[in-house]
Amino acid sequence: MKEQIKIRAKNLNFYYTDFLALSEVSLDFFPHQATALIGPSGCGKSTFLRCINRMNDLIPGVRVEGSLCLDGQDIYGPKVDVVEIRRRVGMVFQKPNPFPKTIFENVAYGLRVNGGRDREALSRRVEESLRLSALWDEVKDRLDQSALGLSGGQQQRLCIARALAVRPEVLLMDEPASALDPIATQKIEELIHELKKRFTIIIVTHSMQQAARVSDRTAFFYMGRLIEVGNTETIFTYPRHKQTEDYITGRFG
Amino acid sequence: MNKRFLKEKLIRAGFFVTALVSVLVLGMIMVFLFSQGLPIFDQVSVGRFIFGTQWYPTAEPPDFGILPLIAASVAVTAVSSLIAIPLGVTTAVYLAEIASPRMRGFFKPVVEMLAALPSVVIGFFGMVVFAPFLLEQLDLLTGLNLLNASIMLAFMSVPTICSISEDAIYSVPAELKEASLALGATHWQTIYRVIVPAALSGISTAVILGMSRAMGETMVVLMVAGGASLIPGSLFDPVRPMPASIAAEMAEAPFHSEHYYALFAIGVVLFLFTFLFNICADYIAGRHKQVGAATL
Ligand SMILES: Nc1ncnc2c1ncn2[C@@H]1O[C@H](COP(=O)(O)OP(=O)(O)O)[C@@H](O)[C@H]1O
Ligand SMILES: [Mg+2]
Repeated sequence: MKEQIKIRAKNLNFYYTDFLALSEVSLDFFPHQATALIGPSGCGKSTFLRCINRMNDLIPGVRVEGSLCLDGQDIYGPKVDVVEIRRRVGMVFQKPNPFPKTIFENVAYGLRVNGGRDREALSRRVEESLRLSALWDEVKDRLDQSALGLSGGQQQRLCIARALAVRPEVLLMDEPASALDPIATQKIEELIHELKKRFTIIIVTHSMQQAARVSDRTAFFYMGRLIEVGNTETIFTYPRHKQTEDYITGRFG
Repeated sequence: MNKRFLKEKLIRAGFFVTALVSVLVLGMIMVFLFSQGLPIFDQVSVGRFIFGTQWYPTAEPPDFGILPLIAASVAVTAVSSLIAIPLGVTTAVYLAEIASPRMRGFFKPVVEMLAALPSVVIGFFGMVVFAPFLLEQLDLLTGLNLLNASIMLAFMSVPTICSISEDAIYSVPAELKEASLALGATHWQTIYRVIVPAALSGISTAVILGMSRAMGETMVVLMVAGGASLIPGSLFDPVRPMPASIAAEMAEAPFHSEHYYALFAIGVVLFLFTFLFNICADYIAGRHKQVGAATL
């Protein structure tokens, strides 16, 4: 059973200087599953997500306590190579953030910084990633055009393709559809269904419906604490805690 | 109601007039510059003026060929850019991306103070400190030469290049930086593959403005360039850039003499150069305005 856990957070505390943003969070993530993180704004969902690929390292004065393991290896261990962690744990951000480069170069970026030079191999991987993110047919004739010319939804799928190109094991998504229209959102959700067959997916969402549609498990955060976690269906039909119930039924004050 | 309307109109008119003042002043200077410069072309053809290699304005008969002066200006600008661009841009990258907040708090004001140094002070430094040093180290005939002037000019354009580039680098959206790091790029890879390219239009503008500053600078070249109106053959030749020529000779050129007109014509040429630089800067700044996360 232990090998089955992809990521394990144990008693995780996180501080922004003096502010305790995550408190005693213990949470496991399993391969080939999508786990949704839900909770009111400011409860620490993004903070938790950004702990997993050590994105919070960029903010001065932060501190992590407890343990967070990827395949049993402590992500915050002293000998860990942050770059290596980030290659294994990809991330898609809330706002689409393609580079002001061509579509091809956006997807190839992670390979290039990884030393990929062979044009042939790059092309193959770019096509594979774009197909995987269901964008290939829309962009195959304009790979050398700027990514900034794409629509918001296309840009977000490009960002997903860009993350997939380095073949990560885990994909973190921070409200990936919050800036998109309903049709683009639906495309992203369909995509998540496909992707979870191959990756471990952790998705933050403020939409209850979205959590219900895309995730296998759901974790509810409140004020920096993990209140409860379980099968998505169970959480939405029989929440054990009053706070969870209030939140998912929209009765939150 | 009517009164308020009138007041509104008056205020608008007031602001318009104030804005007009700078336009008018610029226009007047231009008209003056051209009216005083163009008459020389009754005596000398444009081609001989620009491409003539002899500048002997007070000889009998005089020679008004400014190619040595143009060559000197271009040379000092080019050499000073070779020094100032790497220095300015690297410092900007360091300040915006690498320096700790404390280091930044120390370095930034220092660089800005460099910009506040009066050019005559830099010229003085070049004259009494750097020129003797060059003379001694390199066994030259004179320490006042192309190299000295270029280095002093580089001191003057580094702050311009650095502070504008730094602004451009600093304003690259954090999302782009995060996107790069999240893909497993190192900080260094992120800097040269994402941040610098995204800031490139700002950096180019900075470079061009810095070059424009170097080309128009007068006091420094007057003091340390050496003053010989020869087309430079080496870094150690004394030269006479256009602004130095104008400043040195204007006082002795009789009013409305050929020499006087010729100096104004040099002013016109100089103006055209810096004007071109500014057009380039505007063009580049406008062309790549859109960087970062796109609109939805
Ligand atoms: N860079 C930061 N510095 C200080 N406090 C922060 C920072 N980012 C987030 N916080 C605080 O941490 C808490 C959790 O934020 P966040 O993880 O972004 O919440 P969520 O994604 O659930 O809306 C909030 O109270 C927020 O104000
Ligand atoms: Mg958030």
